Amino acid sequence: MPTESKTAAEQAGETQKKRTAVPDDGDTRRRKPPTTAATSESSMRTETITLNLGPQHPSTHGVLHVRLELDGEVIADAFPVIGYLHRGFEKLSERGWKKAIPLTDRLDYVNGWGNELGYVLAVEKLLGVEVPERAQVIRVMLAELNRITSHHIWYGTYGLDMGALTPILYAFREREEIFDLFEELSGARMMYNFLRFGGLHKDLPSGWEEKVGDLIERFPAAVDEYEAMLTNNEVFRRRTIGISPLTREEAIKYGVTGPALRATGFDWDLRKKIPYSGYETYDFEVPVGSNGDCYDRYKVRIAEMRQSAKIVAQCLERLEPGPVITDDPRIAPPARERAADSIESLVQHFKHVTQGIEAPAGEAYQRVESPRGELAFYVASDGSALPLRVKCRAPSFCNLQFLGDISRGCLIADMIAIIGSLDTVLGEIDR
Amino acid sequence: MGIERFFGETSIITLRAEQLFDWARRNSLWYLTYGTACCAIEMMSAGMASYDMDRFGTFHRGTPRQSDVMIVSGTVTYKMAPVLERLYSQMPEPKFVVAMGACSISGGPYFEYPHVVPGVDTLVPVDIYIPGCPPRPEALFYGWMQLQEKIKARQPERIAELKRLRMDEKAGKAAAAQAVESEVASLVSDSE
Ligand code: SF4
Repeated sequence: MPTESKTAAEQAGETQKKRTAVPDDGDTRRRKPPTTAATSESSMRTETITLNLGPQHPSTHGVLHVRLELDGEVIADAFPVIGYLHRGFEKLSERGWKKAIPLTDRLDYVNGWGNELGYVLAVEKLLGVEVPERAQVIRVMLAELNRITSHHIWYGTYGLDMGALTPILYAFREREEIFDLFEELSGARMMYNFLRFGGLHKDLPSGWEEKVGDLIERFPAAVDEYEAMLTNNEVFRRRTIGISPLTREEAIKYGVTGPALRATGFDWDLRKKIPYSGYETYDFEVPVGSNGDCYDRYKVRIAEMRQSAKIVAQCLERLEPGPVITDDPRIAPPARERAADSIESLVQHFKHVTQGIEAPAGEAYQRVESPRGELAFYVASDGSALPLRVKCRAPSFCNLQFLGDISRGCLIADMIAIIGSLDTVLGEIDR
Repeated sequence: MGIERFFGETSIITLRAEQLFDWARRNSLWYLTYGTACCAIEMMSAGMASYDMDRFGTFHRGTPRQSDVMIVSGTVTYKMAPVLERLYSQMPEPKFVVAMGACSISGGPYFEYPHVVPGVDTLVPVDIYIPGCPPRPEALFYGWMQLQEKIKARQPERIAELKRLRMDEKAGKAAAAQAVESEVASLVSDSE
């Protein structure tokens, strides 16, 4: 059906060309909307109709609303309408430095650890605090495990969008295992609130590393299984190959980052280019695609899962016993045992809880590679215990920009493939 | 179904039609996946193989016209509120609403923010509240079983209501007939 639909799209393009007086620049994707054309010499007048895709639609992954202008089944124009989930992350973060950490979890809700890491690193830059080695390794490990679970959600829902019901069941099998590990560590399945400025809330529970090791050992075989279901699936291939191809220049122009950018063949990965948390010392590759279409985005994400598993395995080798949080009393509250022992520690603890930490005046910007692209936090302080400004650069938001341009001339069914391949999370877009 | 074991195949059971429908209804509640935010991911987890929500006879639907229950999972903002109300009005009667998560109960972590609706019960009637941020799939199941209980427990009430409606209808008809009669009588007396 997709090849047919492709040809149908091309045919539509042919008739379109005949009907229009607008010069065609040879780019079939960028055809002008037919309304302007229909008034020309043609005897057959057509009208576009407006169709709302979302905000309640099973395949817009949340509350994305796309207003489509349709010429038959061909998309003449698409406007993303956002703001249905505007929850005021940036404003609510101004209640206190620490109080923003739980909110970052809910920002891009399938990538809790990654968001916490970004925010915590930005504030640490402001505070000028050293993070102990063990905490850094654990942070990297958690961020990579979370990248895997985030790609699980994307893989499963993308399969659903493309009409394959089975992949999601397999994806959630490993996802639940990883969630059990997260739960054992932090007490929560999705909203962790576990990273602290200068380290972690707690050390790993005993036996946790072995469980991760066991899982990571089995993981490549699981990814093989995922691939067996979609990579060579004829229906899947026909619905994704050649759909919404993006060139490197276009991607950069639109500010696209993450797998969508790497699918164009550009190996821009912040973990390599601007390393943080010691990523430069890990051995991994940055998977890239070639022509930036939906299928390449799929391939890049699948390859990323394998690379993340590789990084987690390296983290496990590196784990040395040691402290997991800085001993700077300005930043970390005293350990619980000490708080019961000495009055100074008790006072310290009390101050931490009632007033929070104070960051020196200034500003900091930290970017990290989230599963969706470049996630960045800008924090500004006036020297008090309340942030002056917290700004988040959300990758999904920037990646959504080109939706209108890229989908012009595609079919409605392709629209579903495109939205799915971008892997947007609305919590992050609307913030 | 195995039910013959208790009654024997040839026996006759008498019960009100409404009771039979309710029995069927509570064991095959199809839900509308109205997921707006983080809680929707946990709702997905609940539907997957490791938790397998389908064993409650549930099935997720993308359209309100085929669903009995709406699970509101996630934050609802004032921009989204008209959509929620519209979806609710599109569902066929009898309909139920489950508020899953702190956000849909009270606004949750965002209750201070003016764009966020402080609880969906300000928009639509809610039957079951499931607290948590996000609630675990087990919590969702517990809420689900409570909903089934609720449907079971409301039976006498509902039958009484149906009876009352019936009687109102009859009374209405009688009153209407009487009104027509008196009208005719007055016309007749006028003409005389
Ligand atoms: S209750 Fe918590 S997890 Fe659920 S939508 Fe609200 S913030 Fe997200």
